Amino acid sequence: MKELFDLFLTFARIGGLTFGGGYAMLPMLQREVVERRGWATEEELMDYYAIGQCTPGVIAVNTATFIGSKNRGILGGIAATLGVVFPSLVIISVIAAFISNFADLAVVKDAFAGIRVCVFVLILNAVVKLGKASVKDALTLCICIAVLAASVLLDLSPIVFVLCAGVTGIVAKVLLAKEGKK
Amino acid sequence: MIYLRLFFEFFKTGLFAIGGGLATLPFLQDMSARTGWFTTDQLADMIAISECTPGPIGVNMATYAGFLVRGVPGAVTATLGLICPSVIVILIVARILKRFKDNKYVQAAFYGLRPASTGLIAAACLSVAVIALTFPKAAGETGLPQIRWQAVILAVILWLLMNLGGIKALKAPAWLKKIGKLHPVVFLAASAVVGIIFHFAS
Repeated sequence: MKELFDLFLTFARIGGLTFGGGYAMLPMLQREVVERRGWATEEELMDYYAIGQCTPGVIAVNTATFIGSKNRGILGGIAATLGVVFPSLVIISVIAAFISNFADLAVVKDAFAGIRVCVFVLILNAVVKLGKASVKDALTLCICIAVLAASVLLDLSPIVFVLCAGVTGIVAKVLLAKEGKK
Repeated sequence: MIYLRLFFEFFKTGLFAIGGGLATLPFLQDMSARTGWFTTDQLADMIAISECTPGPIGVNMATYAGFLVRGVPGAVTATLGLICPSVIVILIVARILKRFKDNKYVQAAFYGLRPASTGLIAAACLSVAVIALTFPKAAGETGLPQIRWQAVILAVILWLLMNLGGIKALKAPAWLKKIGKLHPVVFLAASAVVGIIFHFAS
């Protein structure tokens, strides 16, 4: 019970501190889940993000469910997920009820223009960390650059890139390795 | 039964919106046209509010839409509807993954997936950079966007504060190392204050 509550609280904190959607959650996850709690490794975090891209739903929720269920089974997955959405429910309900023009306030606009800069730098740091863990040789470097370029230049669903990368991995590691042995 | 319908509509959104928060947007537009629960203007407000409050954007949008329809119980119903498909699908995927974790095909797939995941996040980082560091283009304006120099300076300072302490060759003083290890929320709060003081939005 205590562990479930722990999952709920940790993910509530992550949800409450994440500004700007799923990707902005990454630095918080690295900090709280990987470094502080050891509930997942950098590699697992990347796996969850890749899977979250091609399964239905919000990436932040998918990742929370994954990490929760890995540590405490189905109940853990539910506890972590409820945690990550809890702050949104409270904050948005309060804003919807009391401050109808919240997003138009000058102070709010200025503050968020500043916060967005910080979110950018935090995500940049996260990308560097992930790059160190995932780019191990020439092929993985190529995949990383190709996906980056393709998602900037082409208007395709990320599912396509994720599937292609998975297939490339299988072809390169399993099939070509067999060829080499012959 | 409005709550059942709310739950079901957002359940559908959660099931079919693949690829993160803003992927829910077309479904919400469709929902607005079919149900009349909220107008497209309210949808635009919703996006603005979601983007400047904490939490996943998709969840924020569901909560806001549910609240407009039936207050707090509506907000809870819509949010639970939205996350239900994710939770079910991921629990199944997690179970399968656990069983096949050591399978060589699964491992090879992840060897390719991880750099792809990094590339996708790098692309997202780039689009955040454009929003954070440049002015939005006026309608019909072409060419390179105008740069917010204030924002660029803040970004450089933040990067230095977060990273200099970690570079061993520099032999950074202890206080710099301490700053680099601060919780991200400290930097977020400081950036909000800087934004307010220097009127970043104007």
